[in-house]
Amino acid sequence: MTAESLSAPYTVEFPFERTVGPKIGTFLGGLRDARLYGVRTERGVLCPPLEFDPRTGAETGALVPLVTTGTVTSWTWVPSRPGDPLPHDFAWALIAIDGTIGALFHAVDVGGEFARMSTGMRVCARWRQDRIGGMRDIECFEVVP
Amino acid sequence: MRDTAVVSYAQSPCLAANRRDDMADILLPVIRAAVDAVGIERDEIDFYASGSHDFFEGRTFAYIESLDAVGAWPPISESHVEMDAAWAFAEAWSWLQLGQGDIALVYGIGRGSLPQDLDQVMPAQLDPYFLAPLRPHRDAVAGLQACAAIDAGLTSEQHMAEIVSRCLASATENPYAQTSGQVSVHDLLAAPYVSSPLRKHDVSPPGDAAAVVVLAAGDAARRLTARPAWVRAVDHRMDTHYPGMRDLTSSGSTRIAAGRAADLAGFAAADVEVAELHTEYSHQEPLLAMALGLNGAEINPSGGPLAGRPATATGLVRIGEAARQILDGRAGRTLAHATNGPALQHNLVCLLEGAA
Repeated sequence: MTAESLSAPYTVEFPFERTVGPKIGTFLGGLRDARLYGVRTERGVLCPPLEFDPRTGAETGALVPLVTTGTVTSWTWVPSRPGDPLPHDFAWALIAIDGTIGALFHAVDVGGEFARMSTGMRVCARWRQDRIGGMRDIECFEVVP
Repeated sequence: MRDTAVVSYAQSPCLAANRRDDMADILLPVIRAAVDAVGIERDEIDFYASGSHDFFEGRTFAYIESLDAVGAWPPISESHVEMDAAWAFAEAWSWLQLGQGDIALVYGIGRGSLPQDLDQVMPAQLDPYFLAPLRPHRDAVAGLQACAAIDAGLTSEQHMAEIVSRCLASATENPYAQTSGQVSVHDLLAAPYVSSPLRKHDVSPPGDAAAVVVLAAGDAARRLTARPAWVRAVDHRMDTHYPGMRDLTSSGSTRIAAGRAADLAGFAAADVEVAELHTEYSHQEPLLAMALGLNGAEINPSGGPLAGRPATATGLVRIGEAARQILDGRAGRTLAHATNGPALQHNLVCLLEGAA
């Protein structure tokens, strides 16, 4: 007889509070107010905002308000799990917010219909009612009506 | 640059889940095999470097357990990286370059099967503000990369299935592979998506195994083996983390690392006969082959990660397999690639050569 390794249930957490700095902080605060911000660089506006331009290493500039519509540049269809943004199957997608370079990672809701997803489709943010200043203040993106 | 070579390599069979052995149990016979192959005693080893990750074990400083298989008395010189052991190899190689010793032992150990739910564990490698709070599925970021690669015309679901079929067939010759067999592309394409366009077979199967490489410098290497696998270059580079801020279809960090490695080695990826690539996903093979500039090299004759991905050992296995091609006299020049982070964020390139 050989003993089996011991195992126990666990929950993975990030149980810390920290200041996120003026750029990410303003962005997350904007989400709480149902507003989307990007940050200026020499190349264009980045959303989500980073403190430094990953291409050049230069410090990024002022935050600018954005529209909440964009274009899906890439996507992957996944089954819904407990705790996911949607109760039915959905896509995780990279969404190029209008007027920005780069893309934002978030969920896209097409009512659980795989065939409605496509690269290049137009989407807009659906806001959660109770917002706390986090990425989940955007419930998901949905097809532009 | 100081001549430094892989003189020995060993690994344990990659198992989908090893619930019988702890880290030390898995590692001890592998260390013995690697050390015995070159006939050295433990006290001849000047430096140990290892790679593993607490998040798989679910405990802090979990790797300390693996030191039971090393023997840390009398005190040894030792280091650990919290990532794939290919980076422990990079550290040991640099340490030997500094001339502080002649022989180093590198090991990777991981049990990818231990977490109850990898969907809980894998988001922990993502940034805590923009990505981790959304808790993406474990293969979602790679799914976005595969979608982008297909849209860019670099691969297709058919092509990805052909890669998997070839790798699983190659793995039938590898006694350490976790999975292998003759499978038809048609059958593979009949499977459902796990994170479209990825099917289960497109995702390298996580598992449990250990790998050990012995490195030696100069005359020590020549004394220990007839045909050392000389490490002519190691370089690693990192892309920015956020997947929406980089071109997922061209691995810029791999391209830079390959260029720097070629400068150091005096030969390039285009000159190697065999390349062992850390393909966590099937669609990454064409991306990497392009970024490296491979030119007709045989890719992953061991079956590669698509036939078994032991946590934090898979990159070191690539180096070991690429070295074994030279140690066994089957190839003159080989390449090993290792990756860390989501969707090929961080990439290492190692060039090896047989001639002294």
